[in-house]
Amino acid sequence: MDDETRNRIARQFIEAIPFAHALDLRLERAGEGEAEIVMPWSEALVGDPHSGVIHGGAVSSLLDTACGAAVLSHPSQPPTTATLDLRIDYMRGATPGQGLRAKAVCYHATRSVVFVRATAWDEDPDRPVASAAGAFTNTG
Amino acid sequence: MSDRNEPLERIKSRRDGMLAAITGSIPYLRFLGIQFDRRGDELTAVLPFQQKLIGNPLLPALHGGATASFLETAAIVELTFASLWEEMESGAVAADAALPAALPRLPKTIDITVDYLRSGLPRDTYARARVVRSGRRYASVHVEAWQDNRARLIAQATGHFLMPSRG
Repeated sequence: MDDETRNRIARQFIEAIPFAHALDLRLERAGEGEAEIVMPWSEALVGDPHSGVIHGGAVSSLLDTACGAAVLSHPSQPPTTATLDLRIDYMRGATPGQGLRAKAVCYHATRSVVFVRATAWDEDPDRPVASAAGAFTNTG
Repeated sequence: MSDRNEPLERIKSRRDGMLAAITGSIPYLRFLGIQFDRRGDELTAVLPFQQKLIGNPLLPALHGGATASFLETAAIVELTFASLWEEMESGAVAADAALPAALPRLPKTIDITVDYLRSGLPRDTYARARVVRSGRRYASVHVEAWQDNRARLIAQATGHFLMPSRG
């Protein structure tokens, strides 16, 4: 399977998830235990009306989905995965009006668990908005 | 000092008004359809099931992000409501949904760790948060979510929050 075919299958898989669809998540790249997903700006995702900053839960959802996509693209080829735990650090509020991009990398896999790290940015690539570290089930 | 003879309706409308001002101001809470049930100062967050909350259509199971969003929201609303309780009861602060500037300021999440214990079924989910420690600047909150049985949690989380500056 070439990269393009693999990306297309991964994109269809992610975009068929109802919650990913509700957040309008778009998978840009997946393969070799890494994935990149974007979440366009939407007023509905605002968590603090005073600042217009996106809710932490929406950022968590983006990071969780990116981590899951990275796990599914891991060479051990798990047919499905579930989050065991996920820690999110919020470094700063996302800039109102800007979409977010998350990159996730599987940094270790055992037969039953995959450990993943992810980072999210808005349009400023030098200042991350949030980072995540989690453990996911490996059913492959 | 509470007034023993204060009309019940006035007490309820003050407390419900404050809760509605906190929850009604958050667009993402509406997006997820989260509601709050209040008994005295005890809040139960309710996430009514919707198809769009699904993360694994084959099982089916709730999306981990939906569960995380619900837990974080329950924690933020509990923390805000609890921190305003004394001033609300004394009449020092009052919510006025018609005046955006008068709406309560929300704490900011520093970090949150979610522990997924069971897959979330396509059912309503409930959550209760407990403020473990609340200082002038930082607070630590633990929150638990369940579906059919209070003792069988589907997820729990601990988060740290930066309190809004007062005054």
